[in-house]
Amino acid sequence: MRLPARPGERLDRNREVTFSLYGKPVRAFEGDTFGSALYASGQRIFSRSFKYHRPRGLLCCSGSCANCMMTVDGVPNVRICAEPVREGAVVRPQNVWGSLEHDVLVATDKLAGPFTPVGFYYRTMIRPRWAWPLYEKFLRNVAGLGKLDKQAGRANRYDIEHRRAEVLVVGGGRAGREAARKHAAAGRQVVLVDEGFVDPLEGVDVISPGRALGIWEGGLVPVDAGRVLYRFRAGKIVVATGTIEQPLVFPGNDLVGVMLPDGVRRLIEDWGIKPAEQAVVVTVDEAGREAAAALEEAGVQLNGVYDLRRERAREIVARGRGGVLRSVEIDGRKISCDLLVMSGGRQPAYSLLAQVGARIEYDPERGVFIPTDIPDGIEAVGSVAGEGLDGAVPAASYNGASGKGKCFVCVCEDVTDKDLKRAIGEGFDSIELAKRYTTVTMGPCQGRLCHVPSIRLYARENEKDEATIGTTTARPPWAPVTLGLLAGRPHEPAQRTSIHHRHKELGARMMWTGTWRRPHSYGDPEGEAKSVHDSVGVIDVSTLGKMIVRGSDAAEFLERLYPNRFGDMKPMRIRYGVLNSDAGRIMDDGTIARLDDETFYVTTTSTGAGAVLEWFEWWNAVWGMDVEIVNVTGALAAVNVAGPRARAVMRSLTGIDLSNEGLSYLDARDAQVAGVPSLILRIGFVGELGYELHFPSPYGEHVWNAILQAGEDFGIRPFGLEPQRILRLEKMHILIGQDTDSESNVLEANMPWIAKLDKDDFVGKWSLEHVQERGLQDLLVGFEMEDGKVPLEGAQVVLEGTRPIGRITSSRWSPELRKAIGMAWVPAEVAEEGKSFLVTVDGGFERATVRLRPFFDPEGERLRS
Amino acid sequence: MSFLLDCPNCGPRDVNEFSCAGEVTVRPKESPTLRELTSYIYFRRNVAGVQREWWYHRQGCEIWFQAERDTRTNEVLRTEIFDPAEQEARAK
Repeated sequence: MRLPARPGERLDRNREVTFSLYGKPVRAFEGDTFGSALYASGQRIFSRSFKYHRPRGLLCCSGSCANCMMTVDGVPNVRICAEPVREGAVVRPQNVWGSLEHDVLVATDKLAGPFTPVGFYYRTMIRPRWAWPLYEKFLRNVAGLGKLDKQAGRANRYDIEHRRAEVLVVGGGRAGREAARKHAAAGRQVVLVDEGFVDPLEGVDVISPGRALGIWEGGLVPVDAGRVLYRFRAGKIVVATGTIEQPLVFPGNDLVGVMLPDGVRRLIEDWGIKPAEQAVVVTVDEAGREAAAALEEAGVQLNGVYDLRRERAREIVARGRGGVLRSVEIDGRKISCDLLVMSGGRQPAYSLLAQVGARIEYDPERGVFIPTDIPDGIEAVGSVAGEGLDGAVPAASYNGASGKGKCFVCVCEDVTDKDLKRAIGEGFDSIELAKRYTTVTMGPCQGRLCHVPSIRLYARENEKDEATIGTTTARPPWAPVTLGLLAGRPHEPAQRTSIHHRHKELGARMMWTGTWRRPHSYGDPEGEAKSVHDSVGVIDVSTLGKMIVRGSDAAEFLERLYPNRFGDMKPMRIRYGVLNSDAGRIMDDGTIARLDDETFYVTTTSTGAGAVLEWFEWWNAVWGMDVEIVNVTGALAAVNVAGPRARAVMRSLTGIDLSNEGLSYLDARDAQVAGVPSLILRIGFVGELGYELHFPSPYGEHVWNAILQAGEDFGIRPFGLEPQRILRLEKMHILIGQDTDSESNVLEANMPWIAKLDKDDFVGKWSLEHVQERGLQDLLVGFEMEDGKVPLEGAQVVLEGTRPIGRITSSRWSPELRKAIGMAWVPAEVAEEGKSFLVTVDGGFERATVRLRPFFDPEGERLRS
Repeated sequence: MSFLLDCPNCGPRDVNEFSCAGEVTVRPKESPTLRELTSYIYFRRNVAGVQREWWYHRQGCEIWFQAERDTRTNEVLRTEIFDPAEQEARAK
């Protein structure tokens, strides 16, 4: 029922909003929360409790507790008392089998015996053992709060924003606003965040509602603002989180109609609701008295106000029917009421401060924990620092043992005083251990309403004081947060070459290689490979890493990085290079073309491009040489035209001398190709006559099209990665990361010719010298299968009658050679031409013969033709 | 880890933008013994305190620089572009 409009209320009574609960429309005003609107419409039961499925109603009405959690528009566990109404929103109760008013699982509340006490299923459900899967299935179904609709897809989009604040004020109450104003007046850039709705403040950036989730090192404060997570970096953090009202612990303290004073005042003052007809107030501080005054003003009949600072009531028992409050008995005197306001004092909300290392001290006078020793860069102001607290230790609590009903210490997790006492009885004498065992303070309220009561109870039962019991560790997040918000937007980066769309048009099957999308093949890998051998093919190799290394020290720089020589290279010549670490391990490979005395063009593998760039830049920083390195991977496209007719195709695209004398194997040349300035590298990864063209990316499609057109008469075919892998294997060219791993070195990977150990120094030289000293152990060799079966990559190499001795790294069927071929790591004594070993294939063993020279064109005649 | 690092080019940035390549090591000048070599490649001081490290501004200007960081508190005392000549002088 609404009261007449009053000044200061949050409602705009001229603007109506309608949403639905159970499909039934609920009318609200702009300014309402779902909770306030439902309360105004007469709804009293808002949820069913976690374990016992007891009816629960509004308790804190400030977004602290779990009592009002419902699913709003598919998002579970929304505290609807703090969630502003939205037109057309669909609200559903959760943790209910049936309805809020009639929940089947309330049986758990009534059942006696082994079902309910703390830790019950560790004890009860382990026998008989075979029944555990049944128990588990049931438990998983009833446990947890809220359900995600897995089929619904992503209903909400969340974002993450990085922001800075010279001063970040957490909490927009009186003290927080004062601090914000003061800092703003001093000319600082100030941001203020508050969990609730606060008014704007001049000169201050106010984020409301926004929940600070924690304080991390470097002044990082993530703020949950609903759809956006602000990652604030703050120079100074002012914590003005205020206090949290504490409940009292007595039988029936969870009944619908038992509320905290601020919640009651909010209903009246913010949303103009008359919360009840008859009320009783039990309080240990002024908050209860203020609530009583507000109730009286709202026309609620006050049937009693008990100030426990003066009247030491010994026993309080709330009674109800169907979980809804009917009356309260105070020291045996029964008073009827439909609202019981309980105030157990205010506890400073110190959690954020404790996270950053403040010490938490107990104040026995006021019965609260106060943060002290606030670290540098953090300031605590207002009541969170203990200012203006007037409470007293409630004496009349925790007497629920007299069997007058359940007495809740923690309403989120349904932990009663009995559970805690049982934990003490079982030897959990530390509050940290009791927390883990009983889950007290581990529910959605994160201890806001149960931390202090549980410590008080522990102190009492152990006959110690609260200071000795101490507090549990405060950890982020301080407020619950949706996982979607932490994840932000899904982001899967994909790199595409400038020819990508042509591949799609040509029917390419795309695959991932690192972050690149590349054609696996155009539907016929073997046919594509064959056309390279028989005529001509073209492959997009734009994904290769490409760098320009320039400077007076460029040659010396490369000499130091690579095991082979570069100083003696003539301009416009090309060399193959393998990068090693100082541990002698193979990192990457590629080609190096010398463009002039001081300029080199270096290519790397597609997936190694980033690492090689970092590697080059790092050594350049260490050595401080006169070298500049420019990454041109994205700037340049590259295609490789390969096959016996490649020269003929190229002739119609460029005017330069392409004869074997004019441009021989491992020569580089600047030329116009199809009108595009290009660098032509005569290299051949696939074992045939080949030209690799490097040119500006924007011309990718143009050059590609021109090549396909020029090759039409020769039956040119584009080929993908898979045919390339067949072709390179025929040549025994290694693939870094496929045939090598982080342990491989060039000597044992059968490339001893590349390591010029007579050079003064190069990265990895000393380690390679030691490998040579100790002798080669496992070698990378080629093999062919005797009966033509292709083993799996990763299959084991076995010697007859012994254990595994090696592994297959690459294997393919070669349509050209009509053989199953591959490469494998085998012990040195097996690594001799013609020796044989066994390979596991389909659960059996097949014989393979070692080959040390390329399977195809071992003399490289076709490559050099 | 959530601290800020002063990139010598770009100024203070979130640590997530950088990659750390660990403590600064000194590469042997002459051909090392096996012991010296393995100690250079595999062994680190791993101090609880201030250490000099290599950092790379991977998601920024792609510069390598050195930082002095307290491994206990993640406080970054200084960052600077490495100058080999200066190190040479310091070594003497």
